Amino acid sequence: MRINPRLVDKIVKIGLNSQAFFTVGILVAIVAIIFFKGSPYLNMEFIFSSPEDMGRHGGIFSTIVGTIFLVLLSIFVATPLGVGTAIFLTEYTKESWFTKTIRFGVESLAGIPSILYGLFGFIFFVIKLGMGWSLMAGVLTITIMILPTIIRTSEEAIKSVPRNLRIVSYSLSATKWETVTKVVLPSAGPGILTGIMLSVGRAVGETAAVIFTMGSSLRLPTSLMDSGRTMAVHFYILAREGISMEKAYATALVLVLSILFINIIAYYIMNKVTSKYS
Amino acid sequence: MDIKIRTENLRLSFGKEEILKGINIDVFKNRITGFMGPAGSGKSTLISILNRMIDFEENVGISGKVFIDGENILGGEIDEVQLRRRVGTVFAVPIPLPRSIFDNIAYGPKLKNRNNKRELTNLVTESLKKAFLWDEVKDRLSSSALKLSGGQQQRLCLARTLALEPEIILLDEPCSGLDPISTAKIEEALNELKKDYTIILVSNNTKQIARITDYAAFFYMGTLIEYGPTEKVFTNPSERKTEDYIQGKFG
Repeated sequence: MRINPRLVDKIVKIGLNSQAFFTVGILVAIVAIIFFKGSPYLNMEFIFSSPEDMGRHGGIFSTIVGTIFLVLLSIFVATPLGVGTAIFLTEYTKESWFTKTIRFGVESLAGIPSILYGLFGFIFFVIKLGMGWSLMAGVLTITIMILPTIIRTSEEAIKSVPRNLRIVSYSLSATKWETVTKVVLPSAGPGILTGIMLSVGRAVGETAAVIFTMGSSLRLPTSLMDSGRTMAVHFYILAREGISMEKAYATALVLVLSILFINIIAYYIMNKVTSKYS
Repeated sequence: MDIKIRTENLRLSFGKEEILKGINIDVFKNRITGFMGPAGSGKSTLISILNRMIDFEENVGISGKVFIDGENILGGEIDEVQLRRRVGTVFAVPIPLPRSIFDNIAYGPKLKNRNNKRELTNLVTESLKKAFLWDEVKDRLSSSALKLSGGQQQRLCLARTLALEPEIILLDEPCSGLDPISTAKIEEALNELKKDYTIILVSNNTKQIARITDYAAFFYMGTLIEYGPTEKVFTNPSERKTEDYIQGKFG
């Protein structure tokens, strides 16, 4: 029996469409649940006042600050390290056992569960180096955790820059470094930014690695050596210990909204950069 | 006539394959010299030595000497970045940088720290005029160079090379992908430019070589078969191979 190819085409189209709807549907459902459960308790006071009575009352200001500090500092440390490593791997070395070893290491690191990073951070930074539960230990641990993502995405982005552009740059009397900074990195920018955004997402949502290293103090962190709590950790503790489900959902809502906000800003910047000359 | 470039027994191999088999040629100052020959004759490889772009290829072995103004550019003390300012290149395929027209042309000068806004604007304007592109782009210098047509992009690349203020311009089949009108514009520009520059034009198009060059060199399988004034090479070649090539019997 011969099946009408047009019919196959239609069936495939319907099938793929419904798969796409299914995926988006789940996402929408999650956001909707968080929105409905959290929005009644979300207001300015919740955002700008500090938690009281373990978080049963009051707001989440100190955890917002804790999240911002942890994420920003981790990104600031990890981005130059990761992009630098990617530049080294792609532009300054030839493929050899050395680069293969580094790449293998990076890939292995990417697959490790975050709680193991937390354990490592606890043993090494918190205990061995005597940092205690602190923002510093948290930042260093999260940096190690997100480095593989930044390295891999930056490497792919840099590799996708056409060789011709480099050749032209050299022919116009640029040195290697000038070519990297003026031609390669701007062209690879959107790809690198994607890696950074993925990392921001991971850092914002991380709990295990953070509890072990930064601790879960509800006080406002004012120095690198202070302990602190992120929104994700706060949500986890509120929900896990049954302190207040209302506050937990409201915290989750702030978390989701801020990730959404960060992504929108990132796409806006990316579009601005890429649409300029293409 | 002054000799600008001289090669002495120049040999080059990729791995075990010998591409240039001892080239001796003198290129004269303020003339257009055409390099022609079938694919694999080594003509493009030869010009990539002249500005040391060959450095970016792997497994290359070079011996012999190349003098520019009497200085051996294969010697150890040559700064290849400086050399590429003196010897500019236009490639076969126009490759604009993903920037504006202005920034494409200012790319080279800015690397030399020429950041004075007015000086830079003058240089960009002059370069575009010399490349016969100014009238077409003067109102949109800040728009993307990628939006230009192929012929315009190639003239942009020529202008970008001119902005380096080089002494020598190498053109590697610059018109191979262009329409006749764009080709004519490039040729017109080259004719004007030879007053100030030494130009080497690599081309598969023998008619183009006959049209605009002063000297013509015919390469075959890594050897320089014939070299002389273009008129002589085309009307009265001394080698049979040259004659066959010019008449289109192979190549």
